[in-house]
Amino acid sequence: MLKIDNINVYYGAIHAIKGVSLEVTEGEIVTLIGANGAGKSTVLKTISGLLRSKTGEINFMGENISTLPSHKIVERGLAHVPEGRRVFLQMTVQENLEMGAYTQKNRDTDADMEQVFALFPRLLERRKQIAGTLSGGEQQMLAMGRAMMSRPRLLMLDEPSMGLAPLLVEQIFAIIQEMNKKGTSILLVEQNAQMALSIADRAYVLETGSIAVSGTGEELIESDKIRKAYLGG
Amino acid sequence: MKRIGKRLRSNLVIYGLVVVTYVVLQMVMGSGHISSSLQGQLVPICVYVVMAVSLNLTIGVLGELSLGHAGFMSVGAFTGVVACIALEGIISLGAVRMAVSMLIGAACAALAGVLIGIPVLRLSGDYLAIVTLAFGEIIKNIINCLYVGIDHRGLRISFLTSAAALELAEGGRVIIDGPMGISGIKKLSTFTMGFALILITLFIVLNLIYSRSGRAIMALRDNRIAAESVGIPATKYKMMAFVTSAALAGAAGTLYALNYSTVTAAKFNFNTSILILVFVVLGGLGNILGSIIAATVLTILPEMLRQFNDYRMLVYAVVLILVMLATNNDDFKGLLYQIRGKILARNGTKGKEGAVNE
Ligand SMILES: Nc1ncnc2c1ncn2[C@@H]1O[C@H](COP(=O)(O)OP(=O)(O)OP(=O)(O)O)[C@@H](O)[C@H]1O
Ligand SMILES: [Mg+2]
Repeated sequence: MLKIDNINVYYGAIHAIKGVSLEVTEGEIVTLIGANGAGKSTVLKTISGLLRSKTGEINFMGENISTLPSHKIVERGLAHVPEGRRVFLQMTVQENLEMGAYTQKNRDTDADMEQVFALFPRLLERRKQIAGTLSGGEQQMLAMGRAMMSRPRLLMLDEPSMGLAPLLVEQIFAIIQEMNKKGTSILLVEQNAQMALSIADRAYVLETGSIAVSGTGEELIESDKIRKAYLGG
Repeated sequence: MKRIGKRLRSNLVIYGLVVVTYVVLQMVMGSGHISSSLQGQLVPICVYVVMAVSLNLTIGVLGELSLGHAGFMSVGAFTGVVACIALEGIISLGAVRMAVSMLIGAACAALAGVLIGIPVLRLSGDYLAIVTLAFGEIIKNIINCLYVGIDHRGLRISFLTSAAALELAEGGRVIIDGPMGISGIKKLSTFTMGFALILITLFIVLNLIYSRSGRAIMALRDNRIAAESVGIPATKYKMMAFVTSAALAGAAGTLYALNYSTVTAAKFNFNTSILILVFVVLGGLGNILGSIIAATVLTILPEMLRQFNDYRMLVYAVVLILVMLATNNDDFKGLLYQIRGKILARNGTKGKEGAVNE
Protein backbone atom coordinates (compact mmCIF):
# COMPACT_ATOMS: atom_id res chain seq x y z
CA MET A 1 0.00 0.00 0.00
CA LEU A 2 2.95 2.32 0.70
CA LYS A 3 5.99 2.15 -1.52
CA ILE A 4 8.87 4.55 -1.18
CA ASP A 5 11.35 4.54 -3.96
CA ASN A 6 14.81 6.08 -3.64
CA ILE A 7 14.09 9.25 -1.67
CA ASN A 8 16.77 11.81 -0.85
CA VAL A 9 16.06 14.47 1.77
CA TYR A 10 18.23 17.43 2.66
CA TYR A 11 18.24 19.90 5.53
CA GLY A 12 20.00 22.72 3.76
CA ALA A 13 23.38 21.22 2.93
CA ILE A 14 22.92 18.20 5.20
CA HIS A 15 22.06 15.09 3.25
CA ALA A 16 19.86 13.41 5.86
CA ILE A 17 18.23 10.63 3.83
CA LYS A 18 20.27 8.95 1.11
CA GLY A 19 18.33 6.91 -1.37
CA VAL A 20 15.95 5.13 0.97
CA SER A 21 13.39 2.70 -0.41
CA LEU A 22 10.91 0.79 1.67
CA GLU A 23 7.51 -0.77 1.46
CA VAL A 24 4.50 -1.51 3.64
CA THR A 25 1.95 -4.06 2.45
CA GLU A 26 -1.68 -3.92 3.52
CA GLY A 27 -2.20 -5.37 7.00
CA GLU A 28 1.46 -5.37 7.99
CA ILE A 29 3.32 -3.95 10.95
CA VAL A 30 6.61 -2.67 9.62
CA THR A 31 9.21 -1.16 11.87
CA LEU A 32 12.02 1.22 11.11
CA ILE A 33 14.78 1.15 13.70
CA GLY A 34 18.12 2.85 13.97
CA ALA A 35 20.38 4.91 16.19
CA ASN A 36 19.74 8.50 17.23
CA GLY A 37 20.05 10.80 14.27
CA ALA A 38 19.85 8.00 11.72
CA GLY A 39 16.99 9.78 10.00
CA LYS A 40 13.94 7.80 11.10
CA SER A 41 11.81 10.82 11.93
CA THR A 42 12.92 12.47 8.73
CA VAL A 43 11.61 9.53 6.71
CA LEU A 44 8.21 9.74 8.40
CA LYS A 45 8.01 13.49 7.95
CA THR A 46 8.80 13.11 4.30
CA ILE A 47 6.08 10.50 3.83
CA SER A 48 3.50 12.70 5.55
CA GLY A 49 4.43 15.72 3.46
CA LEU A 50 6.06 17.85 6.15
CA LEU A 51 9.38 17.56 4.31
CA ARG A 52 10.04 17.12 0.62
CA SER A 53 12.24 14.61 -1.09
CA LYS A 54 14.54 15.84 -3.84
CA THR A 55 14.18 12.65 -5.84
CA GLY A 56 12.20 9.47 -6.06
CA GLU A 57 8.58 8.70 -5.49
CA ILE A 58 6.29 8.02 -2.57
CA ASN A 59 3.38 5.92 -3.65
CA PHE A 60 0.36 5.38 -1.40
CA MET A 61 -2.57 3.24 -2.53
CA GLY A 62 -1.43 3.54 -6.12
CA GLU A 63 -1.06 7.32 -6.09
CA ASN A 64 2.10 9.41 -6.05
CA ILE A 65 1.77 11.51 -2.90
CA SER A 66 5.26 12.98 -2.88
CA THR A 67 4.07 16.40 -3.99
CA LEU A 68 0.78 16.54 -2.06
CA PRO A 69 0.46 18.94 0.88
CA SER A 70 0.27 17.22 4.25
CA HIS A 71 -3.46 17.76 4.81
CA LYS A 72 -4.25 16.04 1.51
CA ILE A 73 -2.14 13.09 2.57
CA VAL A 74 -4.09 12.75 5.82
CA GLU A 75 -7.29 12.80 3.76
CA ARG A 76 -5.95 9.85 1.75
CA GLY A 77 -5.84 7.79 4.93
CA LEU A 78 -2.20 8.11 5.96
CA ALA A 79 -1.86 9.39 9.52
CA HIS A 80 1.33 10.41 11.32
CA VAL A 81 1.78 10.52 15.09
CA PRO A 82 4.82 12.77 15.36
CA GLU A 83 7.65 12.29 17.80
CA GLY A 84 7.26 13.75 21.28
CA ARG A 85 3.56 13.59 22.09
CA ARG A 86 2.26 16.48 20.14
CA VAL A 87 -1.14 16.99 21.69
CA PHE A 88 -3.11 20.22 21.88
CA LEU A 89 -2.17 21.08 25.43
CA GLN A 90 -4.88 23.63 25.96
CA MET A 91 -7.74 21.50 24.72
CA THR A 92 -9.52 18.73 26.58
CA VAL A 93 -9.01 15.08 25.70
CA GLN A 94 -12.31 15.01 23.86
CA GLU A 95 -11.51 18.18 21.92
CA ASN A 96 -8.17 16.71 20.94
CA LEU A 97 -9.95 13.67 19.57
CA GLU A 98 -12.44 15.87 17.73
CA MET A 99 -9.51 17.67 16.09
CA GLY A 100 -8.25 14.28 14.97
CA ALA A 101 -11.45 13.87 12.95
CA TYR A 102 -10.75 17.18 11.26
CA THR A 103 -10.58 15.65 7.80
CA GLN A 104 -13.84 13.72 8.36
CA LYS A 105 -15.97 16.74 7.61
CA ASN A 106 -19.43 15.31 7.25
CA ARG A 107 -19.04 12.04 9.02
CA ASP A 108 -20.51 11.20 12.35
CA THR A 109 -17.45 10.73 14.53
CA ASP A 110 -19.15 9.43 17.67
CA ALA A 111 -18.61 5.81 16.70
CA ASP A 112 -14.93 6.50 15.97
CA MET A 113 -14.56 8.07 19.35
CA GLU A 114 -16.17 5.07 21.02
CA GLN A 115 -13.61 2.87 19.28
CA VAL A 116 -10.76 5.02 20.52
CA PHE A 117 -12.12 4.87 24.05
CA ALA A 118 -12.41 1.11 23.72
CA LEU A 119 -8.70 0.93 22.86
CA PHE A 120 -7.73 3.49 25.49
CA PRO A 121 -10.10 3.25 28.46
CA ARG A 122 -7.87 5.69 30.33
CA LEU A 123 -8.81 8.41 27.91
CA LEU A 124 -12.50 7.79 28.52
CA GLU A 125 -12.03 8.44 32.24
CA ARG A 126 -10.31 11.68 31.37
CA ARG A 127 -12.27 12.96 28.45
CA LYS A 128 -12.93 16.35 30.08
CA GLN A 129 -9.39 16.80 31.34
CA ILE A 130 -7.10 19.41 29.77
CA ALA A 131 -4.50 17.53 27.73
CA GLY A 132 -1.64 19.55 29.21
CA THR A 133 -2.28 17.93 32.57
CA LEU A 134 -2.17 14.34 31.30
CA SER A 135 0.81 12.19 32.15
CA GLY A 136 3.34 11.49 29.44
CA GLY A 137 1.92 8.04 28.77
CA GLU A 138 -1.61 9.36 28.61
CA GLN A 139 -0.52 12.06 26.18
CA GLN A 140 1.02 9.38 23.99
CA MET A 141 -2.24 7.45 24.07
CA LEU A 142 -4.10 10.62 23.21
CA ALA A 143 -1.82 11.35 20.26
CA MET A 144 -2.40 7.81 18.98
CA GLY A 145 -6.12 7.96 19.60
CA ARG A 146 -6.31 11.29 17.83
CA ALA A 147 -4.61 9.84 14.78
CA MET A 148 -7.10 6.97 14.77
CA MET A 149 -9.92 9.51 14.51
CA SER A 150 -8.92 10.25 10.94
CA ARG A 151 -9.65 6.61 10.06
CA PRO A 152 -6.19 5.91 8.75
CA ARG A 153 -5.46 2.92 6.55
CA LEU A 154 -1.81 3.33 7.44
CA LEU A 155 -0.69 4.74 10.77
CA MET A 156 2.88 5.97 11.21
CA LEU A 157 4.07 6.11 14.82
CA ASP A 158 7.26 7.93 15.76
CA GLU A 159 8.73 6.47 18.96
CA PRO A 160 5.52 5.83 20.86
CA SER A 161 7.46 4.26 23.73
CA MET A 162 9.73 7.23 24.31
CA GLY A 163 10.12 7.98 27.99
CA LEU A 164 7.50 5.50 29.18
CA ALA A 165 7.77 2.97 31.98
CA PRO A 166 8.19 -0.67 30.83
CA LEU A 167 4.67 -1.64 31.84
CA LEU A 168 3.18 1.19 29.84
CA VAL A 169 5.42 0.38 26.89
CA GLU A 170 3.96 -3.11 26.86
CA GLN A 171 0.46 -1.70 26.97
CA ILE A 172 1.17 0.66 24.09
CA PHE A 173 2.61 -2.15 22.00
CA ALA A 174 -0.37 -4.35 22.77
CA ILE A 175 -2.63 -1.55 21.58
CA ILE A 176 -0.60 -1.15 18.39
CA GLN A 177 -1.11 -4.84 17.69
CA GLU A 178 -4.79 -4.52 18.40
CA MET A 179 -5.13 -1.56 16.04
CA ASN A 180 -3.36 -3.63 13.43
CA LYS A 181 -5.73 -6.56 13.96
CA LYS A 182 -8.65 -4.21 13.40
CA GLY A 183 -7.27 -3.45 9.96
CA THR A 184 -4.86 -0.54 10.27
CA SER A 185 -1.45 -1.09 8.74
CA ILE A 186 1.39 0.25 10.87
CA LEU A 187 4.75 1.85 10.14
CA LEU A 188 6.52 2.03 13.49
CA VAL A 189 9.68 3.98 14.24
CA GLU A 190 11.32 2.86 17.46
CA GLN A 191 14.38 3.11 19.65
CA ASN A 192 13.14 0.14 21.58
CA ALA A 193 14.30 -2.30 18.91
CA GLN A 194 13.60 -5.43 20.93
CA MET A 195 9.94 -4.62 21.41
CA ALA A 196 9.50 -3.26 17.91
CA LEU A 197 11.03 -6.32 16.25
CA SER A 198 8.96 -8.66 18.39
CA ILE A 199 5.68 -7.33 17.02
CA ALA A 200 6.82 -6.45 13.50
CA ASP A 201 6.16 -8.51 10.40
CA ARG A 202 9.09 -6.87 8.68
CA ALA A 203 11.79 -4.42 9.69
CA TYR A 204 14.28 -1.98 8.20
CA VAL A 205 17.42 -0.76 9.91
CA LEU A 206 18.44 2.79 9.07
CA GLU A 207 22.07 3.83 9.47
CA THR A 208 23.08 7.44 8.83
CA GLY A 209 20.46 7.99 6.20
CA SER A 210 20.45 4.69 4.32
CA ILE A 211 18.84 1.31 4.84
CA ALA A 212 21.56 -1.01 6.16
CA VAL A 213 19.57 -4.18 6.72
CA SER A 214 16.04 -5.35 6.16
CA GLY A 215 14.14 -8.56 6.80
CA THR A 216 11.39 -10.08 8.85
CA GLY A 217 11.20 -9.17 12.52
CA GLU A 218 12.38 -12.62 13.54
CA GLU A 219 15.33 -12.63 11.18
CA LEU A 220 16.60 -9.35 12.59
CA ILE A 221 16.17 -10.41 16.20
CA GLU A 222 18.28 -13.49 15.46
CA SER A 223 20.94 -11.64 13.53
CA ASP A 224 24.19 -11.23 15.47
CA LYS A 225 25.01 -7.92 13.93
CA ILE A 226 21.68 -6.40 14.85
CA ARG A 227 21.79 -7.87 18.31
CA LYS A 228 25.17 -6.27 18.94
CA ALA A 229 24.29 -2.91 17.51
CA TYR A 230 20.73 -2.39 18.66
CA LEU A 231 19.66 -4.98 21.17
CA GLY A 232 22.45 -4.53 23.66
CA GLY A 233 24.06 -7.95 23.43
CA MET B 1 -24.61 20.49 23.03
CA LYS B 2 -23.79 21.83 26.43
CA ARG B 3 -20.69 23.44 25.06
CA ILE B 4 -22.62 25.24 22.35
CA GLY B 5 -24.89 26.63 25.05
CA LYS B 6 -21.93 27.97 26.98
CA ARG B 7 -20.40 29.56 23.94
CA LEU B 8 -23.65 31.22 23.11
CA ARG B 9 -23.91 32.54 26.61
CA SER B 10 -20.42 33.98 26.75
CA ASN B 11 -20.97 35.58 23.34
CA LEU B 12 -24.27 37.03 24.48
CA VAL B 13 -22.51 38.57 27.47
CA ILE B 14 -20.11 40.35 25.11
CA TYR B 15 -22.80 41.58 22.74
CA GLY B 16 -25.03 42.51 25.66
CA LEU B 17 -22.38 44.61 27.39
CA VAL B 18 -21.58 46.46 24.19
CA VAL B 19 -25.23 47.17 23.40
CA VAL B 20 -26.06 48.23 26.95
CA THR B 21 -23.06 50.56 27.08
CA TYR B 22 -24.13 52.10 23.81
CA VAL B 23 -27.73 52.61 24.92
CA VAL B 24 -26.69 54.06 28.28
CA LEU B 25 -24.23 56.45 26.66
CA GLN B 26 -26.85 57.53 24.15
CA MET B 27 -29.28 58.25 26.96
CA VAL B 28 -26.70 60.16 28.96
CA MET B 29 -25.78 62.16 25.87
CA GLY B 30 -29.45 62.85 25.21
CA SER B 31 -29.83 64.34 28.65
CA GLY B 32 -26.67 66.41 28.13
CA HIS B 33 -24.83 64.92 31.13
CA ILE B 34 -21.64 63.99 29.33
CA SER B 35 -18.38 65.91 29.39
CA SER B 36 -17.30 67.22 26.03
CA SER B 37 -13.92 65.50 26.35
CA LEU B 38 -15.56 62.11 26.80
CA GLN B 39 -17.95 62.79 23.98
CA GLY B 40 -14.99 63.57 21.73
CA GLN B 41 -13.47 60.23 22.65
CA LEU B 42 -16.40 58.05 21.77
CA VAL B 43 -15.40 57.44 18.16
CA PRO B 44 -11.70 56.84 19.00
CA ILE B 45 -12.81 54.36 21.64
CA CYS B 46 -14.83 52.47 19.03
CA VAL B 47 -11.83 52.58 16.69
CA TYR B 48 -9.46 51.19 19.30
CA VAL B 49 -11.91 48.52 20.37
CA VAL B 50 -12.09 47.28 16.77
CA MET B 51 -8.32 47.53 16.46
CA ALA B 52 -7.77 45.57 19.66
CA VAL B 53 -10.32 42.87 18.87
CA SER B 54 -8.94 42.42 15.37
CA LEU B 55 -5.34 42.30 16.58
CA ASN B 56 -6.38 39.77 19.18
CA LEU B 57 -7.45 37.54 16.32
CA THR B 58 -3.87 37.51 15.03
CA ILE B 59 -2.07 37.44 18.35
CA GLY B 60 -4.37 35.67 20.76
CA VAL B 61 -6.24 33.28 18.52
CA LEU B 62 -3.73 32.61 15.75
CA GLY B 63 -0.75 33.03 18.05
CA GLU B 64 1.38 35.09 15.67
CA LEU B 65 2.92 38.36 16.80
CA SER B 66 2.08 41.38 14.65
CA LEU B 67 3.85 44.67 15.34
CA GLY B 68 2.36 46.67 12.50
CA HIS B 69 -1.36 46.67 13.06
CA ALA B 70 -1.43 50.46 12.71
CA GLY B 71 -0.10 49.97 9.19
CA PHE B 72 -3.35 48.27 8.17
CA MET B 73 -5.25 51.03 9.93
CA SER B 74 -3.27 53.52 7.86
CA VAL B 75 -4.06 51.75 4.60
CA GLY B 76 -7.74 51.72 5.56
CA ALA B 77 -7.66 55.36 6.64
CA PHE B 78 -6.14 56.74 3.45
CA THR B 79 -7.90 54.54 0.93
CA GLY B 80 -11.17 54.99 2.81
CA VAL B 81 -10.96 58.78 2.83
CA VAL B 82 -9.89 58.92 -0.81
CA ALA B 83 -12.87 56.71 -1.65
CA CYS B 84 -15.15 58.86 0.45
CA ILE B 85 -14.08 62.05 -1.29
CA ALA B 86 -14.17 60.44 -4.71
CA LEU B 87 -17.69 59.19 -4.06
CA GLU B 88 -18.95 62.57 -2.88
CA GLY B 89 -20.89 63.32 -6.03
CA ILE B 90 -22.05 59.75 -6.51
CA ILE B 91 -23.46 58.74 -3.12
CA SER B 92 -25.05 61.72 -1.44
CA LEU B 93 -26.16 60.05 1.77
CA GLY B 94 -23.28 60.46 4.24
CA ALA B 95 -23.78 57.24 6.20
CA VAL B 96 -23.99 55.11 3.08
CA ARG B 97 -20.95 56.79 1.54
CA MET B 98 -19.06 56.17 4.74
CA ALA B 99 -20.10 52.52 4.89
CA VAL B 100 -18.94 52.02 1.29
CA SER B 101 -15.68 53.81 2.10
CA MET B 102 -15.11 51.55 5.09
CA LEU B 103 -15.64 48.53 2.87
CA ILE B 104 -13.08 49.87 0.42
CA GLY B 105 -10.68 50.67 3.26
CA ALA B 106 -11.15 47.15 4.60
CA ALA B 107 -10.62 45.61 1.16
CA CYS B 108 -7.38 47.52 0.60
CA ALA B 109 -6.08 46.61 4.05
CA ALA B 110 -7.03 42.98 3.39
CA LEU B 111 -5.05 43.12 0.15
CA ALA B 112 -2.04 44.40 2.09
CA GLY B 113 -2.60 41.52 4.51
CA VAL B 114 -2.60 39.01 1.65
CA LEU B 115 0.60 40.47 0.20
CA ILE B 116 2.36 40.18 3.54
CA GLY B 117 0.81 36.87 4.46
CA ILE B 118 1.57 34.90 1.33
CA PRO B 119 5.34 34.92 1.75
CA VAL B 120 5.51 35.15 5.54
CA LEU B 121 2.80 32.87 6.88
CA ARG B 122 4.15 29.89 4.97
CA LEU B 123 7.16 29.94 7.23
CA SER B 124 7.08 28.72 10.78
CA GLY B 125 8.83 30.97 13.23
CA ASP B 126 8.56 34.56 14.38
CA TYR B 127 9.02 36.18 11.00
CA LEU B 128 5.64 37.86 11.03
CA ALA B 129 6.64 40.19 13.85
CA ILE B 130 9.62 41.51 11.92
CA VAL B 131 7.82 41.84 8.62
CA THR B 132 4.77 43.60 10.08
CA LEU B 133 7.07 45.93 11.98
CA ALA B 134 8.73 46.86 8.70
CA PHE B 135 5.36 47.06 6.96
CA GLY B 136 4.10 49.69 9.41
CA GLU B 137 7.14 51.87 8.75
CA ILE B 138 7.11 51.35 5.00
CA ILE B 139 3.43 52.25 4.66
CA LYS B 140 4.07 55.43 6.62
CA ASN B 141 6.89 56.41 4.31
CA ILE B 142 5.01 55.50 1.17
CA ILE B 143 2.06 57.65 2.14
CA ASN B 144 4.39 60.51 3.05
CA CYS B 145 5.56 60.50 -0.57
CA LEU B 146 2.14 59.97 -2.09
CA TYR B 147 0.11 62.64 -3.83
CA VAL B 148 -3.43 61.93 -4.85
CA GLY B 149 -5.89 64.39 -6.37
CA ILE B 150 -9.20 64.28 -8.13
CA ASP B 151 -10.67 66.26 -10.97
CA HIS B 152 -13.26 65.67 -13.67
CA ARG B 153 -10.95 63.08 -15.28
CA GLY B 154 -10.98 60.98 -12.13
CA LEU B 155 -8.33 60.13 -9.53
CA ARG B 156 -4.77 61.28 -10.26
CA ILE B 157 -1.83 59.76 -8.47
CA SER B 158 1.78 60.84 -8.27
CA PHE B 159 4.64 59.49 -6.24
CA LEU B 160 7.75 61.16 -4.80
CA THR B 161 6.94 64.51 -6.43
CA SER B 162 4.66 67.28 -5.24
CA ALA B 163 1.01 68.13 -5.42
CA ALA B 164 1.71 70.28 -8.49
CA ALA B 165 2.78 67.17 -10.41
CA LEU B 166 -0.77 65.95 -10.29
CA GLU B 167 -1.61 68.58 -12.91
CA LEU B 168 -5.14 68.82 -11.72
CA ALA B 169 -7.62 70.46 -14.05
CA GLU B 170 -9.76 73.42 -13.12
CA GLY B 171 -11.95 72.59 -10.12
CA GLY B 172 -9.73 69.65 -9.18
CA ARG B 173 -8.81 68.96 -5.59
CA VAL B 174 -5.74 67.53 -3.89
CA ILE B 175 -6.72 64.71 -1.55
CA ILE B 176 -3.46 63.27 -0.20
CA ASP B 177 -0.77 65.92 -0.04
CA GLY B 178 2.33 63.90 0.82
CA PRO B 179 3.52 64.42 4.38
CA MET B 180 0.66 66.85 4.99
CA GLY B 181 -1.73 63.93 4.63
CA ILE B 182 -5.36 64.66 3.97
CA SER B 183 -6.97 67.84 5.17
CA GLY B 184 -10.42 69.29 4.91
CA ILE B 185 -12.11 65.96 5.59
CA LYS B 186 -15.85 66.18 6.17
CA LYS B 187 -16.42 64.52 9.51
CA LEU B 188 -18.79 61.65 8.85
CA SER B 189 -17.95 59.31 11.72
CA THR B 190 -20.49 59.12 14.48
CA PHE B 191 -20.68 57.13 17.67
CA THR B 192 -23.46 55.08 16.11
CA MET B 193 -21.26 54.24 13.11
CA GLY B 194 -18.52 53.19 15.51
CA PHE B 195 -20.95 51.08 17.49
CA ALA B 196 -22.14 49.41 14.30
CA LEU B 197 -18.56 48.62 13.30
CA ILE B 198 -17.89 47.10 16.71
CA LEU B 199 -20.94 44.87 16.35
CA ILE B 200 -19.90 43.78 12.87
CA THR B 201 -16.38 43.11 14.10
CA LEU B 202 -17.64 41.05 17.00
CA PHE B 203 -19.97 39.15 14.74
CA ILE B 204 -17.16 38.29 12.33
CA VAL B 205 -14.54 37.49 14.95
CA LEU B 206 -16.73 35.49 17.33
CA ASN B 207 -18.25 33.50 14.50
CA LEU B 208 -14.82 32.74 13.14
CA ILE B 209 -13.46 31.69 16.52
CA TYR B 210 -16.30 29.28 17.21
CA SER B 211 -16.42 27.79 13.74
CA ARG B 212 -14.63 24.74 12.45
CA SER B 213 -12.05 27.13 10.98
CA GLY B 214 -11.61 28.77 14.36
CA ARG B 215 -10.90 25.41 15.98
CA ALA B 216 -8.32 24.75 13.30
CA ILE B 217 -6.70 28.15 13.86
CA MET B 218 -6.46 27.57 17.59
CA ALA B 219 -5.10 24.08 17.03
CA LEU B 220 -2.34 25.63 14.93
CA ARG B 221 -1.57 28.01 17.74
CA ASP B 222 -1.47 25.22 20.31
CA ASN B 223 0.80 22.97 18.33
CA ARG B 224 1.57 23.47 14.69
CA ILE B 225 3.09 20.05 14.11
CA ALA B 226 0.16 18.27 15.72
CA ALA B 227 -2.26 20.43 13.75
CA GLU B 228 -0.60 19.55 10.49
CA SER B 229 -0.51 15.90 11.46
CA VAL B 230 -4.30 15.82 11.82
CA GLY B 231 -4.64 17.35 8.37
CA ILE B 232 -5.12 21.07 9.01
CA PRO B 233 -3.82 23.18 6.10
CA ALA B 234 -1.68 25.60 8.08
CA THR B 235 -1.12 28.35 5.55
CA LYS B 236 -4.78 28.59 4.60
CA TYR B 237 -5.98 29.11 8.14
CA LYS B 238 -3.18 31.45 9.09
CA MET B 239 -4.05 33.58 6.09
CA MET B 240 -7.73 33.49 7.00
CA ALA B 241 -7.14 34.85 10.48
CA PHE B 242 -4.46 37.34 9.49
CA VAL B 243 -6.32 38.81 6.51
CA THR B 244 -9.58 39.09 8.48
CA SER B 245 -7.66 40.90 11.16
CA ALA B 246 -6.11 43.28 8.60
CA ALA B 247 -9.45 44.00 6.94
CA LEU B 248 -11.10 44.93 10.23
CA ALA B 249 -8.19 47.21 11.06
CA GLY B 250 -8.67 48.85 7.67
CA ALA B 251 -12.33 49.56 8.39
CA ALA B 252 -11.36 50.98 11.78
CA GLY B 253 -8.81 53.18 10.01
CA THR B 254 -11.50 54.66 7.78
CA LEU B 255 -13.72 55.26 10.80
CA TYR B 256 -10.83 56.96 12.54
CA ALA B 257 -9.84 59.21 9.65
CA LEU B 258 -13.40 60.32 8.93
CA ASN B 259 -13.64 61.52 12.52
CA TYR B 260 -11.10 64.31 12.05
CA SER B 261 -10.63 67.14 9.61
CA THR B 262 -7.04 66.15 8.90
CA VAL B 263 -5.15 62.89 8.96
CA THR B 264 -1.43 62.27 8.41
CA ALA B 265 0.53 59.06 7.99
CA ALA B 266 2.63 59.88 11.05
CA LYS B 267 -0.40 59.16 13.25
CA PHE B 268 -0.23 55.46 12.37
CA ASN B 269 3.27 54.83 13.60
CA PHE B 270 4.96 52.16 15.65
CA ASN B 271 3.69 53.71 18.89
CA THR B 272 0.12 53.24 17.74
CA SER B 273 0.81 49.60 16.88
CA ILE B 274 2.32 49.08 20.31
CA LEU B 275 -0.55 50.86 22.00
CA ILE B 276 -2.99 48.41 20.41
CA LEU B 277 -0.73 45.52 21.30
CA VAL B 278 -0.85 46.69 24.90
CA PHE B 279 -4.64 46.66 24.82
CA VAL B 280 -4.58 43.08 23.60
CA VAL B 281 -1.98 41.93 26.09
CA LEU B 282 -3.62 43.60 29.06
CA GLY B 283 -7.06 42.39 28.04
CA GLY B 284 -5.75 38.85 27.76
CA LEU B 285 -4.58 36.94 24.71
CA GLY B 286 -7.57 35.41 23.01
CA ASN B 287 -9.95 37.17 25.36
CA ILE B 288 -12.27 39.28 23.23
CA LEU B 289 -14.15 40.91 26.07
CA GLY B 290 -10.82 41.71 27.70
CA SER B 291 -9.67 43.52 24.56
CA ILE B 292 -12.84 45.59 24.48
CA ILE B 293 -12.50 46.60 28.10
CA ALA B 294 -8.76 47.26 27.92
CA ALA B 295 -9.12 49.39 24.79
CA THR B 296 -11.94 51.40 26.32
CA VAL B 297 -10.35 51.95 29.69
CA LEU B 298 -6.89 52.71 28.36
CA THR B 299 -8.28 55.18 25.83
CA ILE B 300 -10.23 57.10 28.47
CA LEU B 301 -7.67 56.78 31.25
CA PRO B 302 -4.90 59.00 29.87
CA GLU B 303 -7.43 61.79 29.51
CA MET B 304 -8.46 61.39 33.10
CA LEU B 305 -4.91 61.09 34.38
CA ARG B 306 -3.43 63.89 32.39
CA GLN B 307 -0.99 64.82 35.14
CA PHE B 308 0.59 61.32 35.08
CA ASN B 309 0.61 61.08 31.34
CA ASP B 310 4.41 61.19 31.13
CA TYR B 311 4.71 57.86 32.89
CA ARG B 312 2.27 56.05 30.64
CA MET B 313 4.84 54.77 28.18
CA LEU B 314 7.04 53.67 31.05
CA VAL B 315 4.28 51.45 32.41
CA TYR B 316 3.62 50.05 28.94
CA ALA B 317 7.26 49.17 28.53
CA VAL B 318 7.43 47.33 31.83
CA VAL B 319 4.24 45.39 31.19
CA LEU B 320 5.36 44.44 27.71
CA ILE B 321 8.70 43.16 28.93
CA LEU B 322 7.01 41.04 31.55
CA VAL B 323 4.56 39.63 29.06
CA MET B 324 7.31 38.88 26.54
CA LEU B 325 9.13 36.97 29.24
CA ALA B 326 6.00 35.13 30.19
CA THR B 327 5.12 34.07 26.66
CA ASN B 328 8.60 33.22 25.44
CA ASN B 329 9.77 31.23 28.40
CA ASP B 330 8.69 27.62 28.11
CA ASP B 331 9.09 26.85 31.79
CA PHE B 332 6.92 29.75 32.69
CA LYS B 333 4.33 28.85 30.09
CA GLY B 334 4.23 25.25 31.25
CA LEU B 335 3.68 26.43 34.79
CA LEU B 336 0.78 28.60 33.69
CA TYR B 337 -0.79 25.73 31.76
CA GLN B 338 -0.47 23.49 34.77
CA ILE B 339 -2.05 25.98 37.09
CA ARG B 340 -4.79 26.63 34.58
CA GLY B 341 -5.32 22.94 33.99
CA LYS B 342 -5.64 22.30 37.68
CA ILE B 343 -8.18 25.05 38.08
CA LEU B 344 -10.14 23.80 35.10
CA ALA B 345 -10.02 20.21 36.29
CA ARG B 346 -11.37 21.29 39.64
CA ASN B 347 -14.19 23.26 38.07
CA GLY B 348 -15.04 20.40 35.75
CA THR B 349 -16.75 21.47 32.57
CA LYS B 350 -16.82 25.09 33.64
CA GLY B 351 -13.46 25.34 31.97
CA LYS B 352 -14.99 25.02 28.54
CA GLU B 353 -15.72 28.70 28.36
CA GLY B 354 -12.09 29.39 28.94
CA ALA B 355 -11.06 27.49 25.84
CA VAL B 356 -10.70 30.73 23.91
CA ASN B 357 -9.69 32.82 26.82
CA GLU B 358 -6.19 31.90 27.60
N1 LIG C 1 15.44 20.74 11.07
C1 LIG C 1 16.65 20.19 10.90
N2 LIG C 1 17.67 20.93 10.44
C2 LIG C 1 18.90 20.40 10.24
N3 LIG C 1 19.19 19.13 10.50
C3 LIG C 1 18.23 18.33 10.98
C4 LIG C 1 16.90 18.83 11.20
N4 LIG C 1 16.15 17.82 11.68
C5 LIG C 1 16.95 16.75 11.75
N5 LIG C 1 18.20 17.05 11.32
C6 LIG C 1 19.33 16.12 11.23
O1 LIG C 1 18.97 15.05 10.40
C7 LIG C 1 19.44 13.83 10.93
C8 LIG C 1 18.29 12.86 11.09
O2 LIG C 1 17.41 13.34 12.07
P1 LIG C 1 16.11 12.56 12.54
O3 LIG C 1 15.36 13.44 13.47
O4 LIG C 1 15.41 12.05 11.36
O5 LIG C 1 16.75 11.35 13.35
P2 LIG C 1 16.05 10.15 14.11
O6 LIG C 1 16.51 8.91 13.47
O7 LIG C 1 14.60 10.37 14.20
O8 LIG C 1 16.71 10.27 15.54
P3 LIG C 1 16.07 10.04 17.00
O9 LIG C 1 16.04 8.56 17.22
O10 LIG C 1 17.07 10.67 17.92
O11 LIG C 1 14.75 10.68 17.03
C9 LIG C 1 20.15 14.17 12.22
O12 LIG C 1 21.53 14.22 11.96
C10 LIG C 1 19.63 15.54 12.58
O13 LIG C 1 20.61 16.28 13.25
MG1 LIG D 1 13.33 10.79 15.69
